[in-house]
Amino acid sequence: MRVTVKLFATLRDGRFTEGEREYPAGTTIGDIIRTLEMDENEAALIFVNGRHADIGYEILDGDTLAIFPPIGGG
Amino acid sequence: MDKILRIDMGAEGGPKITESPVGAYAGLGGRALTSSVVASEVDPLCHPLSAANKLVIAPGLLSGSIAAMSGRISVGCKSPLTGGIKEANSGGQPAQVLARLNYAAIVLEGKPKEDTLYKVFINKDGAKIAEDKSLNMLSNYQVVEKMKGEYGNKIACISIGQAGEMRLSAASIAFTDMELRPSRHAGRGGVGAVMGSKGVKVIVIDDSGCSTRQPKDPEKFKAANIKFIEGLRSHPVTGQALPAYGTNVLTNIVNEAGAYPTYNFKQGRFQGAAKISGETYAELETKRGGLATHGCHSGCVIRCSGIFNDKDGHFLSKQPEYETVWAHGGNCGIDDPDKIALLDFLDDDIGLDTIEMGVTIGVAMDGGLIQFGDVDGAINLIKEVGKGTPLGRIIGSGAAVTGKVLGVEKVPVVKGQALPAYDPRAVQGIGVTYATSPMGADHTAGYAIATNILKVGGYVDPLKPEGQVELSRNLQIATAAVDSTGMCIFIAFAIMDQPETFQALLDMLNAFYGLELTAEGVAELGKKVLKTERDFNMHAGFSQIHDRLPGFFKTESLSPHNVTFQVKDEELDTAFNW
Repeated sequence: MRVTVKLFATLRDGRFTEGEREYPAGTTIGDIIRTLEMDENEAALIFVNGRHADIGYEILDGDTLAIFPPIGGG
Repeated sequence: MDKILRIDMGAEGGPKITESPVGAYAGLGGRALTSSVVASEVDPLCHPLSAANKLVIAPGLLSGSIAAMSGRISVGCKSPLTGGIKEANSGGQPAQVLARLNYAAIVLEGKPKEDTLYKVFINKDGAKIAEDKSLNMLSNYQVVEKMKGEYGNKIACISIGQAGEMRLSAASIAFTDMELRPSRHAGRGGVGAVMGSKGVKVIVIDDSGCSTRQPKDPEKFKAANIKFIEGLRSHPVTGQALPAYGTNVLTNIVNEAGAYPTYNFKQGRFQGAAKISGETYAELETKRGGLATHGCHSGCVIRCSGIFNDKDGHFLSKQPEYETVWAHGGNCGIDDPDKIALLDFLDDDIGLDTIEMGVTIGVAMDGGLIQFGDVDGAINLIKEVGKGTPLGRIIGSGAAVTGKVLGVEKVPVVKGQALPAYDPRAVQGIGVTYATSPMGADHTAGYAIATNILKVGGYVDPLKPEGQVELSRNLQIATAAVDSTGMCIFIAFAIMDQPETFQALLDMLNAFYGLELTAEGVAELGKKVLKTERDFNMHAGFSQIHDRLPGFFKTESLSPHNVTFQVKDEELDTAFNW
């Protein structure tokens, strides 16, 4: 399955900004976070196709996954 | 802070200065104080630019002490933009300086009989006021430079630019930062126009010879402040994200969430967002010898601001805030970070609310005055405001006026004030705040983004109407209280998540004033402030029908989620039922 993965803020450090990546069927967001060697607390805000998602979500072909650390402003 | 400085600008024989004890306003600070003075002393039916209106400038309860983050200052009046009560607050140095000079507030009242311009100087010996025609139509940076020449570098300034002098409804009041840049603003609601109507160009304050305000219980206060700072440093938002990227770290996440108003609120994502994100700005700031991390007032430990230099390494503006970058950026189809920083500088210099200006230009683009994406056209429109041309005066009067002049249907305002950087269709909680806040559309009045998008203080699904009224209500109550302490609202990220940090704030207030304030007491203060403000608005002619978003948010769906604003009117009417 091809999935677009986007990383933001400090999560880009030593990793990447955006990329298309291949994952086997049944892969969860939690699996991807572990593959990216990210702490679950770091991956605080997860969006799939613009909607909040949990780490247990099984990604689908064509999904866009966006991961942010805890952030704020206003 | 036990005295109030009043200047009657319309007194016989010229402005008259009086100092009086705080009296009935004892124990109030910041927004609680400005809103109380306005509600008690200003006729709700008066014209905002008339002698009957008053401009109240008040540091918060903990300003001038060693408390971290205590440098916010509130400005209150009847708003020429909304016609209702206004509290606009700002960072910068003046809160600390004014509080150390022992003033709970400055109140400008009356109106000069002739079109004259004054400067006010306040130090430990009191206040003086003098006419100064040489200040006419100077910009904020120019007037501060002139004041530095006259009074030296150990001052702080509160000033208006050309927009305030012209009494335009989008005029801000500038407050200098630690390096004497007039880059922090009480932006919203046209407070600068009221200062202009009083004929006051600049208030120069100097706290030389004054000491830090002393708490009743210094030991407890110090210990609570240490805990408070620890809490701010350990929370990932206040300790890491805000210092590293500033508020503009929000561009990417709001865009990702499909809530980034683009092309005058036509779609929820902007293709050029990455080019103007906080990550991009921070990288440019570091590369060009600016600063990605900078505090706006002494005692700030979050330091969410920065210094943005141009390609040649020269100062262009302070790091533009998220709302500024959005307003002039995606909302206008502009994706050039340098030009957006220039627009930020021009707004600061001329003395304009960046949100109101960006939304106004978006409306002007929708009306065909210039095209979306025309950055040089946008720069020119802001310059027109500074010059005071007829077109500039229209633009400087804000989105509602400009929309009417250009015959535009989609004008995103509530109570005449422009909506900020979060589309209420994709973040329904903030829509409740926009609709119901006594301030008009104001994200800071009840920042539902925290819980709807950022998962701070829990989580409420941003795309559904359920739970949004309760969320906005609780945030509006808490914000009204925090705005009265002099604390920066960004402490909310830490105190909403960490009970011990909230307790440290309570401990500081209690140790400072010898109180036994509890969480319930803080909520009561917030409710009292909101009730005072809503009562003023009711007497100024506002009713439930003004607590509504413009109709198109209910009828036109927003991509990519194809949502409309779904909170029902009758639910909005319960926002202040507590």
